[in-house]
Amino acid sequence: MGMLSAFANPHRFLALSNWLAPLFYGVGAAMIAWGLWQGLWVVPKDDYQGGDIMRVMFIHVPAAWLAMASYSGMAAASFIWFIWRHELADIAAKAIAPLGAVWTALCLATGSIWGKPTWGTWWQWDDARMMSVLFLFFLFLGYMALRAAMDSRQKAARAGAILAMVGALNVPLIKFSVDMFTSLHQDASVITVDGPKMAAVYLWPLMMSGLGHMLLFGGLVMTLMRAEIWTRRAARQRARLLAGA
Amino acid sequence: MSPKPILSAFRQALSEAWAGGAGALLPLGFFAGAAVLVPLGIGTEPGMLRAVGPGILWVSLALSSLVTLERIFQSDVEDGTLDLWLQAGAPVSAIAAAKTFAHWLTAGLPLALMSPVLALMFQAEASLSLLTGALIYGLGGLAFFFWGGVGAALSATVRRGGLLIALIALPLYVPTAIFGSMAMRGAAFGDTAPLLLAASTLFALAAAPFAMAAALRLAAD
Repeated sequence: MGMLSAFANPHRFLALSNWLAPLFYGVGAAMIAWGLWQGLWVVPKDDYQGGDIMRVMFIHVPAAWLAMASYSGMAAASFIWFIWRHELADIAAKAIAPLGAVWTALCLATGSIWGKPTWGTWWQWDDARMMSVLFLFFLFLGYMALRAAMDSRQKAARAGAILAMVGALNVPLIKFSVDMFTSLHQDASVITVDGPKMAAVYLWPLMMSGLGHMLLFGGLVMTLMRAEIWTRRAARQRARLLAGA
Repeated sequence: MSPKPILSAFRQALSEAWAGGAGALLPLGFFAGAAVLVPLGIGTEPGMLRAVGPGILWVSLALSSLVTLERIFQSDVEDGTLDLWLQAGAPVSAIAAAKTFAHWLTAGLPLALMSPVLALMFQAEASLSLLTGALIYGLGGLAFFFWGGVGAALSATVRRGGLLIALIALPLYVPTAIFGSMAMRGAAFGDTAPLLLAASTLFALAAAPFAMAAALRLAAD
């Protein structure tokens, strides 16, 4: 808890993120650029994975990692806010939601683009991963819509936290049921990226691209959190001025 | 902690459902209407209707639970009943569970009981398994109503909250819809699918009341 309390201080957060966010942007952009350059031009294409189209993997797989990580992060932040009422945790949950939705959508879109030439369809209802990510996307949308519908910041925080925790409780069940649903009509054409053997030549660019996406995501979360903190301060300042006038 | 406020909330929810004109017949009308639209939309080929029938009934059941849940907690927030419960230290989670259960009795169970009739219209063979089907729809509907109740409690203070409930509840309906439709397709899974459906309904019964209570406390502030 010591570390958590230290981060819960908005002043310290503003000071820290002031240099950490740009650093994340810079290093993240460099890593993504290197990963994409390697992935698009340097590594050989893999005909088993559909030829040149497999190069979409260097965006698709990092997006999938972030889709899952961001919902866990949002649920964890909601939990921390609900129990300890650290304002910064709510600000973090609020900031993660739209970004998580964007990366989840990116994962779905790149998955479709990869699926069309390899599976012959844009959308495969039999694929458990596609379905799980789709429902994750809806969880993000519902969270944002609920927050937006509340008439005060405090209520938005509480309602959002309850929903994020209920969602997190249900995610394992959703995952399990979707796995059962899709194992009914197992399709032999399903190709897994994380199959038994992934050549090292792909692994490095993928890791770099994945880390780069995480840094970019982290930087964006920090920027959105900073904007929220300043917005709240401005609102307080305005209220103070109005009261004084 | 006395059982009194729980019982009175339960009784009130039942009488509210029967009061006001058509009362509990309205959800039936919605359920039947939604299901009957389908053959008009996709065609009347018997083999196809037999294949999609059980799934259509699940979708109609989910939709009618969403439509009827919108007002379940709103009146308690507006007329101050909720404040009185909280002041009296009444167990809000048990009250919410009782109200949701009453709601299922009046708007969910009748749909399940009517499901054999609609199944026949969707060209299902007349047999005892239609009654088993009614049981399965009833069980799945209970989970729909409890997760939908969480959405209703969260959006109790929101104008036009019905659309919001649908968005919130949709991902939570997934396991029930999947296990339910597997149970309806029956034979291939033996007992597994109905048991999984029952387990996920029990999970909803156990977890949802606490979320509803937390959301109602928020609505009272």
